[in-house]
Amino acid sequence: MTALKLDRVCKSFGKVQVLHDIDLAVEEGEFVVFVGPSGCGKSTLLRVIAGLEDATSGRVEIGGAEVTRTPPAKRGIAMVFQSYALYPHLDARGNMALGLRQEGQPKGVIAERIAEAARILSLEPYLDRRPAELSGGQRQRVAIGRAITRQPRLFLFDEPLSNLDAALRMNTRIEIAQLHRTLGASMIYVTHDQTEAMTLADRIVVLRDGRIEQTGSPMELYNDPANRFVAGFLGAPSMNFLRPVSAAPEGAVLGIRPEHLRPEPDGPIRGAIAHVERLGGDTNIVVDTESGEQATIRMFGQHPAKVGEPIAMGFDARHAFHFDAEGRRLRNG
Amino acid sequence: MPAARQSPLNSFAAHAALIAYTLIALFPVFVIVINSFKSRQAIFREPLALPDAESFSLIGYQTVMKQGDFALYFQNSLIVTLASLFFILLFGAMAAFALSEYRFRGNLLMGLYLALGIMIPIRIGTVAILQMMVATGLVNTLWALILVYTAQGLPLAVFILSEFMRQVSDDLKNAGRIDGLSEYRIFFRLVVPLVRPALATVAVFNMIPIWNDLWFPLILAPAEEVKTLTLGSQVFIGQFVTDWNAVLSALSLAILPVLVLYVIFSRQLIRGLTSGAVK
Repeated sequence: MTALKLDRVCKSFGKVQVLHDIDLAVEEGEFVVFVGPSGCGKSTLLRVIAGLEDATSGRVEIGGAEVTRTPPAKRGIAMVFQSYALYPHLDARGNMALGLRQEGQPKGVIAERIAEAARILSLEPYLDRRPAELSGGQRQRVAIGRAITRQPRLFLFDEPLSNLDAALRMNTRIEIAQLHRTLGASMIYVTHDQTEAMTLADRIVVLRDGRIEQTGSPMELYNDPANRFVAGFLGAPSMNFLRPVSAAPEGAVLGIRPEHLRPEPDGPIRGAIAHVERLGGDTNIVVDTESGEQATIRMFGQHPAKVGEPIAMGFDARHAFHFDAEGRRLRNG
Repeated sequence: MPAARQSPLNSFAAHAALIAYTLIALFPVFVIVINSFKSRQAIFREPLALPDAESFSLIGYQTVMKQGDFALYFQNSLIVTLASLFFILLFGAMAAFALSEYRFRGNLLMGLYLALGIMIPIRIGTVAILQMMVATGLVNTLWALILVYTAQGLPLAVFILSEFMRQVSDDLKNAGRIDGLSEYRIFFRLVVPLVRPALATVAVFNMIPIWNDLWFPLILAPAEEVKTLTLGSQVFIGQFVTDWNAVLSALSLAILPVLVLYVIFSRQLIRGLTSGAVK
């Protein structure tokens, strides 16, 4: 069964159209990540799915039932917000209980579900605390707990890690991935961070300007991007876009991932080292090429490169991508 | 903390300025209160002297208690002020929530229309208001005053509160919607507690002009049983003779309830005025 089906969903605010004919199906138990630069419409799309915004046209189905005009509380969804959005006047337990009480669940069921969520998220010691007395990470766990207790057909996450610091972000990312495995629930996750998208998703949906650019598993998108935008958006450091070294149509662009470039004394791309980033495990070398472009080489381990030294680079043809002047992929380029 | 803020000289200058301002602000109140405890001759002989054994007199308070029904005037003023504040806050907050939360045609125009009331003094419409009150039979009722004061207070209330409500997190309201709370519960349970300081600010700004108003009670509700305190005090002010003891005593008494209300709101008010400035 499909957990979510979007059929030609459009959304306009006044004269500005922010979503254009979005078609998408999410399978039961799938973890789908919407990713894209800010302003691409990913959050709006999530809000349309949640029912916080009405679609201007098109259909939304959740768990096989049409919900296009159904209020959020009746859609069988739960949402985790970037700002946690905990009720400030209720303690952690009250925050988790409120939605269930509104549904009219009996007290026993509510207590049981809260205990279960608290166990999964290790929240037991904090149940009687108010949001103001919790740290950022704990607040986010309470917000996730509030979603779990609803036992929704579909979980929606709106940039849930953006307010956490880097170390906590990685831990919480792992927790969310484990949660997905434990619950086996369908989840939709919105982020602008390609690392979160790559590490969490079963399937990534890349959005730009209110349109879906490409959909696929993280590795499909990484290894076989449909266009220059997707190629450049996924992967860090991002893909190098250079002038083609072999015969190519007018305006075509050569794309090579930093890890596929290597120093090669008689390589086709020449330049001088402009900057070296030493990360310990990796070394990123930024090169100003003779043709006036900038390229990044990513090398495993530590290398004694010096700024200002001349360098020549080569690459394996099977790792090279070609794009036409409009950014579309040239398959035989 | 920067050294400048700790330097005794700066600290002294700041306190000197604040103390000077406090003295200037409190001086008229002080003069009213001390003179209300003096005999008539003493008031005119030495207006700034404190009451002593010779000049001390409670004649003013005795006159106030004897003449007219001051307990009733007090009650009327209190009813009018509290009821007006209640309606200003309730309707003001609801209108502000609608303007800040919902997108609808004419939202901006409606906001401007409501804000227009800040710039146009309600007293310009006194004649029309009086005709309306006569037509509806509300003349000489407390409702006449409550309705007028509510109308007078709403524009500023809507203006201030809608600014504050815009700052309440959208995520919080949306979380409430997903949990199935009605818009009314979102408003009363989530939004109103978060804008409480702003509500207190609006309450204090409206309370004092309503309590002190002489204009509308004089025109709309001059009958004995609906007189407010300010209007009631006017019996002591005559064209040729003014009973200053009684006037000053009545004024001293009138300060007390406002003072109590102000203390109740002030904790919230201070938070309201400094929120934003102090994170």
